[in-house]
Parts: sequence; structure tokens; C-alpha cells
Amino acid sequence: MNAPDNEVVTFDNVGLRYGPDREVLSDVSFTLFPGSFYFLTGASGAGKTSLLRLLYLAQRPSRGAIRMFGTDLITMARKKLPAYRRRIGVVFQDFRLVPHLSAFDNVALPLRVSGVREEDLRKPVADMLDWVGLSHRSEDRPATLSGGEQQRVAIARAVIGRPDVLVADEPTGNVDPEMALKLLRLFEALNRLGTTVVVATHDVHLLRKVPESLIMRLDKGRLSDPTGALRYPPRPDAPRETRT
Amino acid sequence: MSMKKPPTLGRKIARGFTRFGGERAAQLLPEARLAGPMPWVIAIMVTLVVVATAGGLAMRNIAETARAELAGGATVQVLEALPQERERQAQVVEAMLGSDPMVASIRRVPDEELDALLEPWLGADSESQAVPVPALIDVRLRGEVTQAALDDLQARIATRAPDARIDAQASWLAPVFGALTSMQYLALGLVMLLSLTSAAAVWLAARSALGTNRGTIEVVHMLGGTDSQIARIFERSIGFDATMGGAVGLTLGLGAILLLGRQFAALGSGMVAGGALGWLDWVIIAAVPLAAVALAMLTARLTVLSALRRML
Ligand SMILES: Nc1ncnc2c1ncn2[C@@H]1O[C@H](COP(=O)(O)OP(=O)(O)OP(=O)(O)O)[C@@H](O)[C@H]1O
Ligand SMILES: [Mg+2]
Repeated sequence: MNAPDNEVVTFDNVGLRYGPDREVLSDVSFTLFPGSFYFLTGASGAGKTSLLRLLYLAQRPSRGAIRMFGTDLITMARKKLPAYRRRIGVVFQDFRLVPHLSAFDNVALPLRVSGVREEDLRKPVADMLDWVGLSHRSEDRPATLSGGEQQRVAIARAVIGRPDVLVADEPTGNVDPEMALKLLRLFEALNRLGTTVVVATHDVHLLRKVPESLIMRLDKGRLSDPTGALRYPPRPDAPRETRT
Repeated sequence: MSMKKPPTLGRKIARGFTRFGGERAAQLLPEARLAGPMPWVIAIMVTLVVVATAGGLAMRNIAETARAELAGGATVQVLEALPQERERQAQVVEAMLGSDPMVASIRRVPDEELDALLEPWLGADSESQAVPVPALIDVRLRGEVTQAALDDLQARIATRAPDARIDAQASWLAPVFGALTSMQYLALGLVMLLSLTSAAAVWLAARSALGTNRGTIEVVHMLGGTDSQIARIFERSIGFDATMGGAVGLTLGLGAILLLGRQFAALGSGMVAGGALGWLDWVIIAAVPLAAVALAMLTARLTVLSALRRML
């Protein structure tokens, strides 16, 4: 392994286009470090979801290289991807809860997929639902939950397996500020345990709530680096907490 | 608002080896089983295959029984209009063949038996001799009935009974055997076509299930579910449908076989009796629904896997 082991993900000149149109992402290069907390901001349509899709292995880039956990993902055999996906927790912008499964079963899904025994997952799932304030709805299906409640189920599902990387696309878009803060604390707690967190948001107030976070900004598919900490090695003088 | 440390994050949950493919996984596909047409399609297919298989096997048994009965069999006809001369020649042939080393046994077919056989065509009053009836002698040879053996016998008989003609019994039945063989091929062809149709039906069902459950599949995929795990969910669901359909189909098919069997038995024909199914045949028939389940599950698996391969 020639990649430095203190990097989680490296994008090198990545470009992405859907079909023959112009590129949605261009020349995107950055490195994510273990245990760091990133916010990905940018206007609607800037390409945040597209970048995250590359990050959670839903999509291969049109050009460029992506390395994850020290392995080249571009040349990796398709059948090796599930093992990597299990190390990534995802909160989809549109939640993607399984409609006919209860909240409990939705949260338990990643654990079941990776072979956790029923008796080992019951309590963690119940505790997690309790944490996001949904223990009373654990048997209800997503359609009967409010938007914010669905979002919390989606977040619980993303973090339940304690992933190495958490990718969250607008995870607080549908909850009140108090719940948003609480969910952010959940991400921070996970982050302190070593998970690299990437949160896409256009809520600038959120950025201030995590003082140690780094900011990636997308503008029409190009990445700017206001905190100067994305490249490897990071600039030694990179301010760790530049805030407006 | 509590800011305590979130639960369970303190330790990793042990990953086990529990296979994700059982009841839990099956719940991912809501398409209520038995509500769809799949079990009924499979039931109908299994019914038809069971009947076709039974028919094919019965046909084969009939042919085999008949062949065994006719092997070494030949018939001497004495075609002579004058009853006295016919009777004389018949007795000469009986005497000759009775002492021939090539011949195992002979039996003169009694005239009453012949009359009974011919009655439907000639009317009860065949005593009138308006149509001369040949004398018939069944001959069973020691070895195989070859043309050479028949020619040899014919030559010897002809010296003393010029109106006697010897024929292999099997040769009379050659067209019948031909028809039986064709019907066996027909049955085999039907079984193959029905299997193909069933596989196509399962393929369509799996594709439509893939379509309606696309979102769920993508999610399981993104959560690190393997192709094989996802395929197993479908396999299980369709396997369940096929099992129900197979059970119903086998029951219906057996009902049809027994009904047909009873009707053929009522005909009282010795030939049809030879078509009765042996235990091995019943095993084959019982294996039809099992094969249907296996075929359905395999088809579902291959369909799902090939669709998944198009996803990253
Ligand atoms: N599957 C797709 N096919 C074609 N174009 C797409 C597809 N997904 C996204 N795009 C285009 O790519 C661009 C970036 O979209 P993306 O969803 O990444 O933006 P975003 O930053 O997440 O926006 P938002 O903040 O509204 O969620 C948009 O112009 C969008 O129209
Ligand atoms: Mg988006």
C-alpha cells in the first residue's frame, strides 16, 4: 500500500458528467483525513449530491482517480465494492427508506446486511431510535412518519454500523433547529470515535456549530478550499477554524 | 435536550456470519406472495408437464411391454379358402414347428377367438364362410426374429403347406411403434416447451419485481448488500411461489393422470395395461414440481444477477 494511511479518501482531478452534457464536476481534487469533520457547501445544483455519490460509491467518475482506504477504486473489481460500502454510512438527500419496513427494520437493515445476529442488533437499534427520539414510532412505516422523522430514521440507519466514513446529504433539511443541533451532536460523537464525517448542507448556521470542521465549497462543479486543508499534505498554516 | 453520548456508538457491533437471506430479507420484497399470478402460472405449467410426462412414460412402457411380448414372436397364417384344406395345412404347420429346434412354443389361435376378433367387421354370422378366415398360429422362437430365420422357416413350411405364410409379429406393429415413438418425442417436446415457457414467465416476473423494487434494491446495494444477497431475496420469494404452484400443479396433474388411467383401464385392452406407471415413473413425476422450483429459482437468480451487474 503506497498510499499514506492517514488518508481516508483522495480525489485526484475527478470529473463527472451525466450523459454528453457539460461536466457536473470538474477537476475535483482533495483528500479527506481520518477523524475530520467536513462540511460541503455550495448553491443548489453546484454538484454536492453528485460529489457525495462518488464518495459513497454509487457512481464511477468520468475521469480522474479516486482512492479510498488506500485502494484505487477506479480499477477495483465490482464485486469488491460491497465490502467498502459497508464502511460508509449514507444519509441520502431523499432518505431512501424502505417503504414497507418499519422504522426499526430500516435502522437494522445495514446490520442485517452485514450479518449481525438478531439478538445482537435489537438493543443497539432500539437505543439509536431512542436517541433520535423515535422509540415510540419504531414499529411504524416511513409513510406514516413526518419528513423530519423520516430524516431521523435515515440518520439512525447511516450511523448504526459505526461507519469509517459518514456521508450525509442535507441531513438537517427537514428538522427544526433544535433537532438539527441534536443530530449534529450525533455526528460529532461519531466523529470523535474516529469516523470521518462529510455533511453537505447549504445551511450556513450549521457550519458554525462545529468549530473544528473543515469546509469544502463547490461552485458550478469546481471545488474551492476556503480552509485550505483539503490537499495532502495540508498547508501547515491551514487555519483549523476559519469562520465568518 | 440531552447531550449525552449517543448509544451504541461506544463500541462496534460485532459483525457475524448470519446469512441475510432468510425471512428478514424476504420482507424487503413486499409483493404479496400468492397475490400475484406467479404461483398459478407455475401451477398450470406443472400440471401440464406432469400430464405430458406421465403420458410420455406410459407410452414408453406400452412400447416396451409390447416389444418384449413380441420379441421372438411370429405368426403363421394359412390363407386357404377351403376349410378342410386350411385345417390340414394348419395341422401340418403345427406338427412341423412343434418339433423344430428354432421354435420355443406354438399356439393355435382357436377359431372362436378369431371369430370374436373379427365379429365387429364381419358380423356374428361368419359361419357362413362368405369371407374365409385364415388359420392363425402364434409361434415363439428361441432366438431373435430375424428375416433370415423367417425365410428359413418359410422355405421349410412351404414344402408341405403351400398356403402358409410366416411373419414377424413386430413387423405388423411397426407403424404402431412408430406412432408410439413419435408420441414420446411429442411429450418430451411439450415438456421442454413448457419448461421454457415457465422460465420465461419467471424471467418476466423477476424483471417486473426488480422494477417495482428498484428503490429497495438500490438501498440494499448502497448499504453494502452483495449481488448474491439481493438475488437470494428474489430467489426465496419466487421459490416460495413456485413451491405453492408446484404443489397445486402436482395435485391437479395427478388427478388428471388417475382419471385418464381409470378410463383407459376401463377399455380393458391388454396394451394399455402395459402402460401402467412403475414406481420409478412416479418418482420422475413427483420430481416435476421440484424441478420447477429449481428452474424458477435459477431463472430468478440469473435474471436478478444480470440486472444487478448493470448497476455499479
Ligand atoms: N442523474 C442525473 N442525470 C443528469 N443530470 C444530473 C443528474 N443528477 C444531477 N444532475 C445535474 O447535476 C448538477 C448537480 O446536481 P446535484 O444534485 O449534484 O446538485 P446539488 O448541489 O446536490 O444540489 P441541491 O443542493 O439542490 O441538492 C445539476 O445541474 C443537476 O441537474
Ligand atoms: Mg443535492
